[in-house]
Amino acid sequence: MAKELLKGNVAFAEAAVRNGLEAYFGYPITPQSEGLEHLSGRLIEEGRVFLQAESEVAAINMVYGAACAGVRVMTSTSGPGLALMAEGLSYIAGSEVPVVIVNMMRGGPGLGNIQPAQADYNFMTKSAGHGDFRPLVLAPSSVQEIIDMVGLAFELAEKYRTLVMIAGDGSIGQMMESAELPPMQPVRETRPDWAVTGAKGREKNVITSLALGAENLERLNLRLQEKLAEVKANEVRYQTYDTDDADLLLIAYGTVGRICTSVVREARKAGIKVGLLRPQTLWPFAEDKIRELAEQARGVLVVEMSAGQMLEDVERAVAGAAPIRFHGRLGGVVPMVDEIMADLKKLDAETK
Amino acid sequence: MSVRVKDIPEEMEVVYDFPEAVAKVDTHYCPGCVHGIVHRLVGEVIDELGIRERTIGVAPVGCSVLAYNYFTVDFVEAAHGRAPAMAAGIKRTSPDKVVFTYQGDGDLAAIGTAEIIHAANRGDLLTTVFINNAIYGMTGGQMAPTTLPGMVTTSTPTGRDCAVAGYPVKMSEILAETAGAVYITRETATDIPSIRKTKKAIKRAFLAQMNGLGFACVEVLSTCPTNWHQDPWEAMQWSKEKMTEVFPLGAYKMTDEVKALKA
Repeated sequence: MAKELLKGNVAFAEAAVRNGLEAYFGYPITPQSEGLEHLSGRLIEEGRVFLQAESEVAAINMVYGAACAGVRVMTSTSGPGLALMAEGLSYIAGSEVPVVIVNMMRGGPGLGNIQPAQADYNFMTKSAGHGDFRPLVLAPSSVQEIIDMVGLAFELAEKYRTLVMIAGDGSIGQMMESAELPPMQPVRETRPDWAVTGAKGREKNVITSLALGAENLERLNLRLQEKLAEVKANEVRYQTYDTDDADLLLIAYGTVGRICTSVVREARKAGIKVGLLRPQTLWPFAEDKIRELAEQARGVLVVEMSAGQMLEDVERAVAGAAPIRFHGRLGGVVPMVDEIMADLKKLDAETK
Repeated sequence: MSVRVKDIPEEMEVVYDFPEAVAKVDTHYCPGCVHGIVHRLVGEVIDELGIRERTIGVAPVGCSVLAYNYFTVDFVEAAHGRAPAMAAGIKRTSPDKVVFTYQGDGDLAAIGTAEIIHAANRGDLLTTVFINNAIYGMTGGQMAPTTLPGMVTTSTPTGRDCAVAGYPVKMSEILAETAGAVYITRETATDIPSIRKTKKAIKRAFLAQMNGLGFACVEVLSTCPTNWHQDPWEAMQWSKEKMTEVFPLGAYKMTDEVKALKA
């Protein structure tokens, strides 16, 4: 496939179609609406299912139903919409059906604005709904990476029968850049044996998140935790840049992670030996690698478009091995290379 | 004259049994509750239409939350009020299956109002069985959207004051206004004739879906002896007399195509 100029929202949507997406249910919200718009045409063209729901609450429950029916299904949204979906996320987790959700983060709280932000980090990685569960959260930093992560998201969702979120932001959704789409794959012809497909020649299948009795529900929870432990052991993903000889370690993800590659370049020119770790999964989190790199570094600088949500995970991972500084921009402001550089120079001076 | 035991046949003919679509298990429903009756009617209809192996049920939150235990068809359990959205997700991706939701008044007429109205308005090919007993049974007898004016519940201790708590929501009347609905009827199941009529309505509502006509909903005025603080007989009479005053029975919408169906 040749490279083409693609907008992030269109790219993830088309990547999903080519990865055999069978159904999409969603509700328009900036800055992800182009994904929904693209699918409204493409899925119908392919004879698959597209439905614009009356709300995010309905959308996630349609997704839940389609997932129970055993089809490859997804939705996409942004922070305020994700909040409305939280009910469904918890039911989906409790029922152990595979679902993929793209969240193009925007500035909050409340209606906030439509600029890129990363303030849904805690929401997605730690508290996506009531009860004990975590979605697996992927964090792309380019249009190409979100394309690649769509395929991975379906694979992981189905492998673990779990909820997978792609944590994009307004910038990744809205920007256009050159990227390559995967080849068209056919939709699956069979449905999983656990799905509700009609009790023909077998006992009935029941999909529920209800487990009456404390011991009963504890058993279900323990099984979920066991599965999450397996995810944690096997699915940590990150990209390192120039970390081999780094005195200072930058940690950033998504759009900010990409900006930080420019910071590394500038800093190296200025004679500061900086490396970058860019988490590609926000949960599970690259805590072992971060600890290892922190032990070799004089200091760590965490950069986020939030008040310091990933910072808490970094602090736990570093566990005192090196001093940590934080650079955060809020409300949809994207940090610039020079302002990160200024903090990096400060950290360099402080730790010499 | 004394009966000779040897004259009693050792094996008696079975004249009344569980429908195949209904599971042979005890239910958790209270004596005098209409859920058991309507479950059986749904099961009989599924059997008669020969669709047990391709039917998918969507259970609600409320007293019938465990409905999936009482049928032998595939089932999912929805979040409170979201059964129509979940059912739409199933039906749209499994158009060859017969999908029904089974919902109570709190589920359908309060928290899930948006989902049911939009499913109806889209003409989703779904069948909804709506049990209206004017109270929240499972959570212990609080006011429902359908609680009658003046009715005492645990959250309207001095009786429902409509000026404060609003008026009984008439879902069949509302759903009948949606363009996608083809069959909306309100029935009851408080005596033999009404039970027979309700079964026919449920069958028609399934047939409407199977013939691709549109959305269908059968509202069944029900009882709650436990939370109404009545015995089963009183509750049946109260439902028959008081509930039908506020919720008049009858078909609120029946298209010609639905009318022509042989139920």
